[in-house]
Amino acid sequence: MLKLAATFVALLVDGVAYAMILFLMSVGLTITLGVMRIANLAHCAFAMIGGYMAFALVSSGYFSLFTALPLAVAGTMILGALAERSVYRWVYTTGQLGQILMTLGLVFIVVATGNLFFGSNLHAIGLPDWLNGSFSWDAIAISAYRTFIIAVSVAIALVCWAILEFTDFGARLRAAVDNPRMARCIGIDVPRVFSITFSVGCGLAAAAGVLGTQIMPLEPWYAFEYLVPLLMVVAVGGLGSLKGSFYAALMLGIIDTFGRYYLPAAGAFVIYLAVVALLLWRPQGVFARASA
Amino acid sequence: MSEAPALAIENVSKNFGGLRVARDVSLNLPVGARHALIGPNGAGKTTLVHMVSGLLPPSAGTLRLGGVDITHMAAERRVGLGLARTFQISSLFPHLTVAENIGLAFEAKHGLDRRIWGNTAKHAEIVDGAAALLQKLGLLELAARRIVDLPYGQRRLVEIALVLALEPKTLLLDEPAAGLAAAERGALLDLLLRMPEGLSILVIEHDMSLVFRLAQRITVLVEGAILIEGTVGEIRADPRVRDIYLGSRHHG
Amino acid sequence: MTTPADQQVADRQVIETTRAGFSRHVFSWLDLLPFVFAALVYFFLGRYLALGTQVMIQIAFALSLDLALGYGGIDSLGHVAFFGMGAYAAGLFALYVSSEPISGLAAAAVLGAITGLITGPLVLRTRGLTLVMLTLAVATMLQELANASAMKPITGGADGLFGFKIAPVFGVFSFDLRGHTGYWYALGVVAFVFFTCKAVVNSPFGLAIRGIRENPVRMRMLGVNVTARLVTLYCISGALAGIAGGLSAQVTKLVGLDSLGFLLSGNALVMLILGGTGNLYGAIIGAIIFVVLSDRAAAIDPFNWLFAIGAVLVLAVRFAPQGVVGLIEQAWRRQRMRRAR
Repeated sequence: MLKLAATFVALLVDGVAYAMILFLMSVGLTITLGVMRIANLAHCAFAMIGGYMAFALVSSGYFSLFTALPLAVAGTMILGALAERSVYRWVYTTGQLGQILMTLGLVFIVVATGNLFFGSNLHAIGLPDWLNGSFSWDAIAISAYRTFIIAVSVAIALVCWAILEFTDFGARLRAAVDNPRMARCIGIDVPRVFSITFSVGCGLAAAAGVLGTQIMPLEPWYAFEYLVPLLMVVAVGGLGSLKGSFYAALMLGIIDTFGRYYLPAAGAFVIYLAVVALLLWRPQGVFARASA
Repeated sequence: MSEAPALAIENVSKNFGGLRVARDVSLNLPVGARHALIGPNGAGKTTLVHMVSGLLPPSAGTLRLGGVDITHMAAERRVGLGLARTFQISSLFPHLTVAENIGLAFEAKHGLDRRIWGNTAKHAEIVDGAAALLQKLGLLELAARRIVDLPYGQRRLVEIALVLALEPKTLLLDEPAAGLAAAERGALLDLLLRMPEGLSILVIEHDMSLVFRLAQRITVLVEGAILIEGTVGEIRADPRVRDIYLGSRHHG
Repeated sequence: MTTPADQQVADRQVIETTRAGFSRHVFSWLDLLPFVFAALVYFFLGRYLALGTQVMIQIAFALSLDLALGYGGIDSLGHVAFFGMGAYAAGLFALYVSSEPISGLAAAAVLGAITGLITGPLVLRTRGLTLVMLTLAVATMLQELANASAMKPITGGADGLFGFKIAPVFGVFSFDLRGHTGYWYALGVVAFVFFTCKAVVNSPFGLAIRGIRENPVRMRMLGVNVTARLVTLYCISGALAGIAGGLSAQVTKLVGLDSLGFLLSGNALVMLILGGTGNLYGAIIGAIIFVVLSDRAAAIDPFNWLFAIGAVLVLAVRFAPQGVVGLIEQAWRRQRMRRAR
């Protein structure tokens, strides 16, 4: 009985940690898709860039995970801002298929660059000792690392929520997400709000990439590897809905982890079947608001 | 014994959240009638036409086409019952040629859109039908021109040809004269006056001279509700209508 | 005073003028060109026969995608699902039913069509980004299904299907190790796929599909059941993609999980952007360019090749979104305008 509980708890922690990484990554993407309706398939690449940046810093020996994290996030945000001002201007002007192809091209470029600098081996960022262990009561052990991920992610999520609810910028962003045309009409500089949000979204993705290297190791194909789960989180959560992608990430992360353990014969099929079913039931996203 | 009206709008309302776009609108279009729907911009006229044609579901009320309840019927099935409409901004197939546009209407009418074999251009129902119609409306020289390459006035005319190809029983026209020059309006009015007698027409228009010459009855819609309904004479005489429009000719 | 004979001539002229408005996609001698070219190239390919066969397999796949995406406007990121289903169908057919190749392809086509019939009505009710994500989710779901350990006895899991024999084509031409029969077999299949696509595009159904892509609301207001037409197109495209997959299985005698992998979908999209969508020739040109280049370049340096494809994608979408065929058409139109002056 205790063993069952132990397994259950371990799986739950695993699933929630994975979900939180996906959620952090999805914040930027859901806004991009929801506000500007841009199919940005390159979003996962920013997580990879952040992860690799931190990896390079830590490998140099002068930085630890904690000091490298803000630097990698800042670096990725700058890169994101630069990209948004240059290449993405092209992306904005083409139709949906063009956006998909262009951002796909960007992913290819990032993957090739990743291989150029870091080779094709898997890399993970070393953890300080106190994160390597686990908290245990009797037979139930909870990984310290995963707890850390969950704690940091929830903290970031709360900060995001607070900014959205209580600040001026947050109000403008919510208006832009709800109805971009109307927001423009009442004087909100939607493109500028979006540029800032895009950059922050890249930063959050980078944070996810840095924090998660032990469960999602870095390799050149990382930008592709997690693109599909990421897109599924955003689609199920509803484009533009942060709360939606939070719940969707939780749902998908937990179903995936439990599914793989209890139904190994079905593997990841279960999660995609669930996604397909959910998208068919509610095409605009399970948690999306029924707004115009 | 009276036959069912071509179109019956019964107490139809439409709400978008708290916004009431149509309030308890009723309108009766007998077979062969010419009925105009007028009113200031934003009165809800186009919304009403969207509901009749099936692109927008009503929040309340009933719609009947030739006596058949179409309130929840899919748009394409309503067309099968003889309904056709034009749009405020001509709704055509931009990169296809005029011949292909009209041809598609004939294709749809004869159910040939399911046919996966045989060259389109060899189907007599499609080509001959399109040819006859294009010639009748003087559009023959434009047959091989793409819609994107045509000026606005000619696109309007092609859209009218498109709906005529369907041989509808009930026709909804949404501001057919909008954006047309004076001579083109004259040609349009001519065309509308020559339409078959059995065809019932509901037209939304701002051009009053066209309305007064074409329509038998007029409904005035203001802020989603009917202000008055009556014959052309009654509407012309009513001071409230004159109040809404600052002069009866405000489209040049 | 017009006589009845004059009237008849005039009527015929009216009809001819109208017919001229339809003539963009009829069969022409131009259509035979790629196949004559492929037949001639056979004699010069030497060691590269397998590459030539691979080109043709991808041409078939790209053609099927052009039908759905270029003509139907269905932005599918998951078209590999049909390819993979066809590949597994052909492999399983050869293993358990009969090694006769053409019936194997028929089985592949049927499974491709059934996949379209099941997923189509669900997926095609959505539009825009949701549609894109759904096609991706369905394809990934199928790949995970093939990988699931429960399915291992059927699909072979990560090892895939192999070791099946393919009987001689028409009972006469046996598949040799050098790939000669494979090449001609593939050529025949690609010709079939191409002319099927042509027939569909030229038909009234093809015009209706183009209409749906241009203005689905107007098609509904003409009385056409748009979703039903799109599902039919999806099934046809699925069947043809299935044939491409089956061809691949029969020629390489191998079916792996990568026949359901996103890479194939992505490659086909690159081929279409390179060659041009919505005209079938673009699919042929794009496939030839892409497969030949990627084979040569990937052999030299796979990751720098990836960089090059990425750059080409970005630049192509920005500067030549209609692909090679689009550039040719633009040059042609400019020539005609210059001559008109």
